[in-house]
Amino acid sequence: MVTLTIDGRKLKAEEGQTILQVAEDNNIYIPTLCHNEAVKPYGACRLCLVEITRRGREKLVASCLYEVEDGLEVKTGSDRVVSNRRMLMELLLARCPNNKEIQDLARRLGVEETSFQQDDKQCILCALCVRVCQEVVGVSAISLVNRGVDRQMGTPYYEPSDVCIGCGSCAYVCPVGAIDFKDVGDTRYIKWPSSQMDFKLKKCKTCGGYWIPERQLEYMIEQTGLPPGTFDNCPDCR
Amino acid sequence: MKAEVKPDKQKIKSILARYQSDPGMLVPILQDVQAEYNYLPREALVLVGQGLEVPLSQVYSVASFFKAFSLKPRGRHLINVCLGTACHVRGAGRVIDEIKRELGIRSGETTEDLKYTLETVNCVGACALGPIVVIDGNYSGQMTGSKVKPLLESYK
Repeated sequence: MVTLTIDGRKLKAEEGQTILQVAEDNNIYIPTLCHNEAVKPYGACRLCLVEITRRGREKLVASCLYEVEDGLEVKTGSDRVVSNRRMLMELLLARCPNNKEIQDLARRLGVEETSFQQDDKQCILCALCVRVCQEVVGVSAISLVNRGVDRQMGTPYYEPSDVCIGCGSCAYVCPVGAIDFKDVGDTRYIKWPSSQMDFKLKKCKTCGGYWIPERQLEYMIEQTGLPPGTFDNCPDCR
Repeated sequence: MKAEVKPDKQKIKSILARYQSDPGMLVPILQDVQAEYNYLPREALVLVGQGLEVPLSQVYSVASFFKAFSLKPRGRHLINVCLGTACHVRGAGRVIDEIKRELGIRSGETTEDLKYTLETVNCVGACALGPIVVIDGNYSGQMTGSKVKPLLESYK
């Protein structure tokens, strides 16, 4: 057990917990975009930055990565934190001025407009989709490619991936809705910022509704070792 | 689009064996593959990924990250034109324009016959000799537009 202070509140936490986890457990709001408890912390968006005092010195750290220690003093809303966070938000807003999630979060953090030259992107390159595809789904169909201003999220060679199962987890976790995902009739369409794919859906034996990509079904059977007929019915008809 | 090279499976295997198929050695492995084919053929990335049990997406991520790797076929001769400040003021612009005109390619491109690849660099540390053109590691100093053609022709 360690004892720390967040915004003047004395809190107890388990060793190994991050500042963000402790804050969330105690209903202290820290904005995040790239954080998701399903995957390891990554520290890409930097919005969760907080100010800590250690041995009398103050510094900014990403709370999603920083593990708590005894006697730690954390401020989640100091002037320095707020102004840095607003700057980050301005930069994100300049990158994705037409993204609703970014606009909403910017407003929430008191940023109405950006003073930087505007682009028109949707993806913030936080790699949450990439990490979920790797750590949770386990297929690693997508990754971040190129570097610098050319950095993008995509499939190898921007072509349909051999290993993608069409589960849509990437679209589901994307914090800014940059990945389009829809089922039309017997086909699922996934549209990433730089490439797209479509998947044939499987029909439910009972109700006849299309409910899951065939490739995802094959992958689930292969991973679990369940008999091939296990998923003949959709969850509603099971 | 130039034709992709079909890499030799055995050759890739022997490169992987050199590094005990250690996924941590991905970058040196790709360097060796590039040394073999002058670029990273698509099929080679697939084979390397399989050999190391690293997903293709991650191999591609690394291969596309480093400027030293090329995913497109490259020429037998690599021409590097220095466009650093010193070379620039000494007329590197005219030199590279002449090379572009002579070869009919822009910087970063490769000639149709796979003979030359043209790239620019921002200083090779020999400013006193500027403008400098480096071909396959050989430095030619005090370049001018009229020296371009004979220099290119000395490479076969």
